[in-house]
Amino acid sequence: MRALIVDDSRAMRRIVGRILEDVGYDVVEAADGQQAIERLEEMDEPLQLACVDWNMPVMDGLTFITEVRKRPEWRAITLMMVTTESEQDRIVRALAAGAHEYLIKPFTGEAMLEKLDLLGLLPTSTGS
Amino acid sequence: MTISPHAFTFVRELVRAESAIVLETGKEYLVESRLVPLARAAGHPSVDAYVADLSTRRTPAALKQVVEALTTNETSWFRDSDPFTALRQSVFPALAKTRPNRTLRVWAAACSSGQEPYSIVMTALDTPELAGWRVELLATDLSEEMLDRARTGEYSQLEVNRGLPATTMVRHFERAGLNWRINRSIRERVEFRQLNLTRPFPPMGRFDVVFLRNVLIYFDLPTKRDVLKRVRQVMAPDGHLFLGAAEMTMGVDDAWERVPAGRSSVYRIREDLKMEGSSCVL
Repeated sequence: MRALIVDDSRAMRRIVGRILEDVGYDVVEAADGQQAIERLEEMDEPLQLACVDWNMPVMDGLTFITEVRKRPEWRAITLMMVTTESEQDRIVRALAAGAHEYLIKPFTGEAMLEKLDLLGLLPTSTGS
Repeated sequence: MTISPHAFTFVRELVRAESAIVLETGKEYLVESRLVPLARAAGHPSVDAYVADLSTRRTPAALKQVVEALTTNETSWFRDSDPFTALRQSVFPALAKTRPNRTLRVWAAACSSGQEPYSIVMTALDTPELAGWRVELLATDLSEEMLDRARTGEYSQLEVNRGLPATTMVRHFERAGLNWRINRSIRERVEFRQLNLTRPFPPMGRFDVVFLRNVLIYFDLPTKRDVLKRVRQVMAPDGHLFLGAAEMTMGVDDAWERVPAGRSSVYRIREDLKMEGSSCVL
């Protein structure tokens, strides 16, 4: 299982990365949406999950999600917005753009794993 | 079954030192309920005995376990999503075929702060076979404090992050200041009532589905047996009982049989013990 973490905060990438690695993901990181698109383009193995921050320089998370959804070859990627934005209309906008899930910061490791469980992306070997 | 003031003070000081969380007087019930599973797992007859042992040995791993048990307190929505998937995909559709009056009654027997009964209502709303049905939810808990919280239907940001699908959140919740409140249409479907599972149940009618998850673990064997027997008496003969993933009826009350339901299991009253028009058995 492979996951891409898109966040301009290195600390946040490390926190999310550790949670995902603990349940068996290989993690790839990008600091903004544009960099994330480049990572996806150079990737030769399939990617199951992208955790995407909303507010980032260069290309924000909503734009990134919209771009990913335009590309049929990336259709299998599950997109989860992970952000401090907590207004209801933001959640609606992210879902409408193509996000599958939405996790509001701050969150606990358990909360993230529960979201993965809902998405059927929690590797079963670790239980839930 | 109440924790002694001495044990409570020890736990309070430990949790405060390790996590800066203050357990005020009045939280004895919380401490007791969180520590019972740890006490049982360690082979102690009571929480007091467990705490006494803990305070003598002060094993770092055991102390850490206690702090964690008391500080990770958010209950999840759709906790262990499998039972709710089973409810939507197999249990509700099966019951929908056999209830001409288009009414189902569900009991959430240890509802804590309300996430479970509200999750059941939302699951019923997502079950196409129940469109236009009346689904009655009775939610009970030992703690009045929990029930008061549950009735408000208001949850913090951290709480709504736990296991609640984003689509459900935007459909069934609204912002209430910094919190989120479940919509009135869902709140109104749940009746909250105080109930002690270890005492005889008050009259409450028959249930088609009972959720009794992660509560038997707090009881000793005779109490578990007694609770399961009395639950049978309030179940419809073709009713479905959900227990926690680590709980089972086997060796406790053998009048139940375990039936697979999706990735989960439910318990049904054994075929040979059912009586026409009644679920009272032996």
